[in-house]
Amino acid sequence: MSLRRLGNVRGAAGPPSPPGRRARPPAPGAGRLSGAAREELRRRLLGLIEGHRVVIFSKTYCPHSTRVKELFSSLGVDCNILELDQVDEGASVQEALSEITSQRTVPSVFVNRVHVGGCDHTFQAHQSGLLQQLLQQDPAYDYDLIVIGGGSGGLSCAQEAAVLGRKVMVLDFVVPSPRGTAWGLGGTCVNVGCIPKKLMHQAALLGQALTDSRKFGWEYSQQVRHSWATMTEAIQSHIGSLSWSHRLALREKAVTYVNSYGEFVEHHKVKATNEKGQEALYTAAKFVIATGERPRYLGIPGDREYCVTSDDLFSLPYCPGETLVVGASYVALECAGFLAGLGLEVTVMVRSVLLRGFDQEMAEKVGASMQQLGVRFLRKFVPVEVQQLERGLPGRLKVVAKSTEGTETIEGIYNTVLLAIGRDSCTKKLGLEKIGVNVSEKTGKIPVNDEEQTSVPYVYAVGDVLEGKPQLTPVAVQAGKLLARRLFGGRSEKCDYVNVPTVVFTPLEYGCCGYSEEKAGEVYQAENLNVYHTLFWPLEWTVAGRDNNTCYAKIICNKLDNDRVIGFHVLGPNAGEITQGFAAAMKCGLTKQLLDDTIGIHPTCGEVFTTLEITKASGLDITQKGC
Amino acid sequence: MDGRQCYDLLVIGGGSGGLACAKEAAQLGKKVAVVDYVEPSPRGTRWGLGGTCVNVGCIPKKLMHQAALLGGMIRDAPHYGWGVAQAPHSWATLADAVQNHVKSLNWGHRVQLQDRKVKYFNVKASFVDTHTVCGVSKGGEETLLSAEHIVIATGGRPRYPTHIEGALEYGITSDDLFWLKESPGKTLVVGASYVALECAGLLTGLGLDTTVMIRSVPLRAFDQQMASLVTEHMAGHGTRILRGCAPEKVEKLPGQQLRVTWVDLTSDRKDAGTFDTVLWAIGRVPETASLNLEKAGVHTNPVTGKILVDAQEATSVPHIYAIGDVAEGRPELTPTAIMAGRLLAQRLSGRTSDLMDYSSVPTTVFTPLEYGCVGLSEEAAVARHGEEHVEVYHAFYKPLEFTVPQRDASQCYIKMVCLREPHSWCWACTSAQHGEVIQGFALGIKCGASYQQLMRTVGIHPTCAEEVAKLRISKRSGLDPTVTGC
Repeated sequence: MSLRRLGNVRGAAGPPSPPGRRARPPAPGAGRLSGAAREELRRRLLGLIEGHRVVIFSKTYCPHSTRVKELFSSLGVDCNILELDQVDEGASVQEALSEITSQRTVPSVFVNRVHVGGCDHTFQAHQSGLLQQLLQQDPAYDYDLIVIGGGSGGLSCAQEAAVLGRKVMVLDFVVPSPRGTAWGLGGTCVNVGCIPKKLMHQAALLGQALTDSRKFGWEYSQQVRHSWATMTEAIQSHIGSLSWSHRLALREKAVTYVNSYGEFVEHHKVKATNEKGQEALYTAAKFVIATGERPRYLGIPGDREYCVTSDDLFSLPYCPGETLVVGASYVALECAGFLAGLGLEVTVMVRSVLLRGFDQEMAEKVGASMQQLGVRFLRKFVPVEVQQLERGLPGRLKVVAKSTEGTETIEGIYNTVLLAIGRDSCTKKLGLEKIGVNVSEKTGKIPVNDEEQTSVPYVYAVGDVLEGKPQLTPVAVQAGKLLARRLFGGRSEKCDYVNVPTVVFTPLEYGCCGYSEEKAGEVYQAENLNVYHTLFWPLEWTVAGRDNNTCYAKIICNKLDNDRVIGFHVLGPNAGEITQGFAAAMKCGLTKQLLDDTIGIHPTCGEVFTTLEITKASGLDITQKGC
Repeated sequence: MDGRQCYDLLVIGGGSGGLACAKEAAQLGKKVAVVDYVEPSPRGTRWGLGGTCVNVGCIPKKLMHQAALLGGMIRDAPHYGWGVAQAPHSWATLADAVQNHVKSLNWGHRVQLQDRKVKYFNVKASFVDTHTVCGVSKGGEETLLSAEHIVIATGGRPRYPTHIEGALEYGITSDDLFWLKESPGKTLVVGASYVALECAGLLTGLGLDTTVMIRSVPLRAFDQQMASLVTEHMAGHGTRILRGCAPEKVEKLPGQQLRVTWVDLTSDRKDAGTFDTVLWAIGRVPETASLNLEKAGVHTNPVTGKILVDAQEATSVPHIYAIGDVAEGRPELTPTAIMAGRLLAQRLSGRTSDLMDYSSVPTTVFTPLEYGCVGLSEEAAVARHGEEHVEVYHAFYKPLEFTVPQRDASQCYIKMVCLREPHSWCWACTSAQHGEVIQGFALGIKCGASYQQLMRTVGIHPTCAEEVAKLRISKRSGLDPTVTGC
């Protein structure tokens, strides 16, 4: 056994510090190296970590460091040790190290490039056998990285890792929905999420546009019918091309794509099972779990047999007809919205509140705007049974529902019942327990640190499977890309989950960024907030003869922080396009004063935010009279 | 003595800037009067209170633009499953709807003035001395108005060419277009301003045979790469564009049609065409001629005719101010005039000393493919800071909605002009396709956003605006900025 002491990490090793000398106080300005110097130091540290089997960052006087060194010594393992109190710029090294690992203290242990952690973690790893696994690691893994799940996050991570020269595999397998719907590469967003949803939303908007266009002088026969088949074929053919281009992109970047279901069988090893049940084993140094989520079922008689979910809706080979949408998630409201926009009778059954987690004033306004379009809401009811009355495309279903507040039961007859009550993470059948990846018992989601690292150091997770992170495609894409850069590109930038903008594509779109009014009140106290708001009437709605007090804009400002904008909400046409820039401005510290100083673009909806004058506290009237 | 009426503030011109200034001052307790008078256009078009924007500018323009966009949506609709055939368009229905809306706005402005106790005179004003204005009504009645402070906000009117035979007799301008009761039919739009391109774009979109004649470059002062994308898109969607041509003569043919003769400036060859309508959009002249400015001693720029102003909006006479399109060197935009007017009223009332910040004003050109921008054009950035200090990030993209109807997206493009290291301040951001996109980014730029900060913003999927947050390719890198896949 030997303990190799590493010399100065900055440049060629300088003369070692005199033995026995206590740690010097950090040099003035330590940790405040110039950007370039800091980057250089990081690179050297990563070089050390990459280049040695075991690296321990330690301090000579630290008892925990001593314990760790003794552990490796007892295992008879060669270690490379950097004593931070013995080298120049030890404080800077520690700073850089904490950027790499999110761990600020020593000891900090790396085994075969995996950050095991501090003293406790190292001993835990020893007890669980992980440490031995890591030490035994055959450096000749099949892959540098295996990504399980070929959705937005997984693909972005895999491609970026491949661009950085790594050998990467993607395992993707879509378990068919209970109704038998399956799809290709690309995950939820491309196949059964954002893309088909937005296109059906667009189809519904075009329906409104047709109605409007008569008022704008376009003359055509009054009766316009919608063909579900034409629309879905066009959408599915677009999705097909997207799925194909994802495969092409993987091939171009030399990422191995296997259409098999991946699950862990032991540390660093997954079993991949294809459609025909053929199995193969693959190993990798690092893993990323990006398996996302699938729609939840109610667990009542008839739900799996007769109901559909968003997994099925976008490729449904027949028009769903009169539809009951169960749930009040954004998926529920978006689907209900475009189905109504396509001319179908739609009822939404809501257990409690609309759009939980979103600003509730906005959520109620979204609901009201849908009611204006003819969507019926059944509040405070939950289905208890679904029966088939008639087979067919669509058939006829009877839904029995009971009140959440009393004993009342109601029945309704629909052609289609769409469940949109939530989504469950695909973490159950991944063999995570075999390697000790923690999964939240309550949510089934995977907790990670701010580097997307799970409880098993070489296993990471991105996207919808993460606990407590926004479930949005661009977030997963960004997180996946940045993760690959940190793992393989020597970069340090972490995914910033703060102030992520999002838009609900209900017929009247709702865009938001930052805090809801409720949450802002909890965090900052209501009396410290200024809430500015107004109703507005888009110019295009005037001639179209649409309601002048439906669209609504609201910002929440923190009085104690220079009236900084901490919440942005808009309900109106094109909210999706409006919100993005405001989110960018919030990243840059947007204040009310800056909004006031900015000149509007006339005539647009976005300009309404540059002229907000009325606070909620003032109680002044915000309705629009005429113009 | 002569029945003159005295005010704290007199505003000449009831457009966006003037009305905003008057209302704000009245709100702050001043005694205010507004005089407004619309000189009929050479074709006899006249309108009510509210100025260019409301009557013959932004509002009717955007509504007719919307009508044109709806035409595109009707074409898209069958691809999305709607059983609708291509429909004819009725100009009369549209014009009627637009004019009714404008009239309701005129009325709204009248009511707002009344509510705020601003005295309104429908008279044509001219200066008598530095504190006094004489107003003449349509019936020739004169009123003398004097005030401590006077704000000139008379705006501008379209310019007619002076050397072209038949231009004035047979041509119309944007002052007339939106008030036409009948379809303009086959139209020649002369000019390269945004007004010219917007009018040509909407007429094409409504199904009319439309030609734009441009002497040199379109959208001068805008980013030229963007300008050419805008015109390419128009050309690709049916607008005929005659570059490097100048009209020489307009004649009336027997019947109602007009014959226009023009010269191709490069070949010197003459050509001619027959149109139902000729629309001049070659620029605007400030409305100062009848104001008798010399009586008050207010100086104008002899070349542009615009009123010279300082940062306080004050003219050469300290208590006389000018705001909006009539003031020299100001962007000719409604929201700028409104904000300048309000700030001026606040300063006059001692509420603030804040000056209007005319930098980084965002704007959108509502051509069929909308073009939004804020900050410097690429040319201006390079000229000001040197090419080596400027980094341009850019991308072509395909809006998701274009995929199903297989619309051509080859002109959908975004670019961001940034100062290179060490600061990477982002100065300019331009995008085509959606006017709503640019407003928020204008704020970001106002906040001093750097390229890195903008790149840390998470996109909203699937929108056009998210493309801004994905701009990774610099022009300098020479990499292909076209979209691949999704």
